[in-house]
Amino acid sequence: MIQLENIVKTYPMGKRELTVLRGITLNIEQGELVAVMGPSGSGKTTLLNLIGCLDKPTSGKYYLDGKEVSQLSGNELAAIRGRKVGFIFQTFNLLSRLTALANVELGMTYAGGVNRQRAIEALAKVGLSDRVNHRPVELSGGEQQRVAIARALVKNPSIFLADEPTGQLDSRSGQEIISILTSLHAEQGITLLLVTHDTNIAHQCQRIIQLKDGEVVGEERV
Amino acid sequence: MKKWFGTLATVWLGLTTHKLRSFLTMLGIIIGVAAVIILMSIGRGTQATIVSRIQSLGSNLLFISPGGTTQGGVRFGPGTATTLTLEDAQAIAGEVPNIASVAPSNSSSLQIVVAGQNTRSQVSGITPEYQQAYNLQLSEGDFISDYQYQRAMKVAVLGPNVANTLFSGDDPVGQTIRMGNIVVQVIGVLQSKGQSFMGGTDDSILVPLTTLQQTVAQSLTSSGEHVVRSIVVQVDDQQHAAGVTSEITALLHERHRLAAGADNDFTITSLQDIINTISQAMSSMTLLLGAIAAIALLVGGIGVMNIMLVSVLERTREIGIRKALGARNRDIWTQFLIEAAFLTLAGGIIGVAVGWVVSYFISSMGQMTTMVSSDIVILAVSVSVGIGLFFGFYPAWNASRLNPIEALRSE
Repeated sequence: MIQLENIVKTYPMGKRELTVLRGITLNIEQGELVAVMGPSGSGKTTLLNLIGCLDKPTSGKYYLDGKEVSQLSGNELAAIRGRKVGFIFQTFNLLSRLTALANVELGMTYAGGVNRQRAIEALAKVGLSDRVNHRPVELSGGEQQRVAIARALVKNPSIFLADEPTGQLDSRSGQEIISILTSLHAEQGITLLLVTHDTNIAHQCQRIIQLKDGEVVGEERV
Repeated sequence: MKKWFGTLATVWLGLTTHKLRSFLTMLGIIIGVAAVIILMSIGRGTQATIVSRIQSLGSNLLFISPGGTTQGGVRFGPGTATTLTLEDAQAIAGEVPNIASVAPSNSSSLQIVVAGQNTRSQVSGITPEYQQAYNLQLSEGDFISDYQYQRAMKVAVLGPNVANTLFSGDDPVGQTIRMGNIVVQVIGVLQSKGQSFMGGTDDSILVPLTTLQQTVAQSLTSSGEHVVRSIVVQVDDQQHAAGVTSEITALLHERHRLAAGADNDFTITSLQDIINTISQAMSSMTLLLGAIAAIALLVGGIGVMNIMLVSVLERTREIGIRKALGARNRDIWTQFLIEAAFLTLAGGIIGVAVGWVVSYFISSMGQMTTMVSSDIVILAVSVSVGIGLFFGFYPAWNASRLNPIEALRSE
């Protein structure tokens, strides 16, 4: 479902160029649960942004659902982000002035239209039925991240991309989030790419990809 | 439709998050729009008042005055020539059709003595037609009659201001005034008509033209006709004014024995010309007032831009989130642009309301008349929305161009 062929990403840094990804080739199948690990600066987040169509590769080919997307226009990439990609961020990235429900609805705003019933169902799936009208400041970190999961879930994306979703949580709430994600994977067969530092979390996935200095240096099946 | 509703909800949220800030931004527009409405309404109101005052002089009037003279290479202003005569006036009355009345008049500066008090004042010698031509009403007494005119009787009619000055509250009718070497009796006082550009009648002392001729040596033309200062012709209907003007021109041209093609030695001005000139001048003034107020509106617009730039900066992260969720550049752009337009539209509408109320109060306090017309309202509101779109464009464009990755990373 996701096919990366020799993806290179460089950023201009003053006069020199900084190469963040040096030829990544990767296949992720429908319904896979994949962890991406690696030290800081190894290019994990850049890889995730490229897969999530937030950024374009400098060279290489990227097929999403069989379609080459690496050279699409800004509007076409926005459309793919809207319909096919569900982001889950380390810092949750909820809008603080919106209620949990409105934040989930925001996930549908740019993906075909708001449907309140589905937003309520999505919040129920992550166990927040009683927090629908709470604002992020009234929620714990774990609850906020669950709202973010519901926001991604509500538009039925092809792929979930989670960038250290437990990085700001204590280990118990972190484990709760991982349980929700793994059970969504088990029940609904969602495809999930998860960036993490935590070996314990990585080992709850099916497959672990090791990145270092912008290259894939190892892969293991759990 | 549903999509637009979503956008509007988003915009509403953006504006209500910082209520005070949104209100202060709007205040700039409110003040600007209200200033435009108030100043323009004062301008329009004043214009209407002045025009109606001139019209109260009596409509359909033509003023004939003699031309200028040139003596020893020095050119004197219009009105200084002694070419217009009483006989001209009689000829006009007799020969030109569509005329309601012809009122020749002369005036002279005379020493006035009342109860030992000595002043110098302008005295007008008139014919009884003067009353009809100028549409004069009397507050007491009578106007000069044909009989009094024919007999050159020593009677006078006073303007209300003069009556007040000379007799300070006493009833002037029946009292006597010495002017020059004659003594006249006051027979009537005019109603006040207010000041006007044509020199209202409130300050005049009117005596029969024939009486004035007795006290002031009457100038005669070379052909022995009696010189007058001006002739006022009342046309029976406004639509005949042009025809009457050209007939009088032809008649006087002939009577004054001017060579064909020679310049006229008199000028004919219609009241309508004067009204048009004044109206035009007042319109320019109104426009100037509006332009000054528009500066306030412009400053308000810059305030909108300022706040929108701050707002974009402050919501960088929100923009990143929206983009990650699939918002296109156009969606972000529309959101901020509508936000700016909405601020200025609401400001514009409130500004119109405020301006309207203030204009109403100015009017009701007397002194000044105001007129709020729909074209000003429409103009002010559409200009304020235009300002929102114009000054919102750059901040909105800035917002839409943000790189989502960097935007998400910002605090």
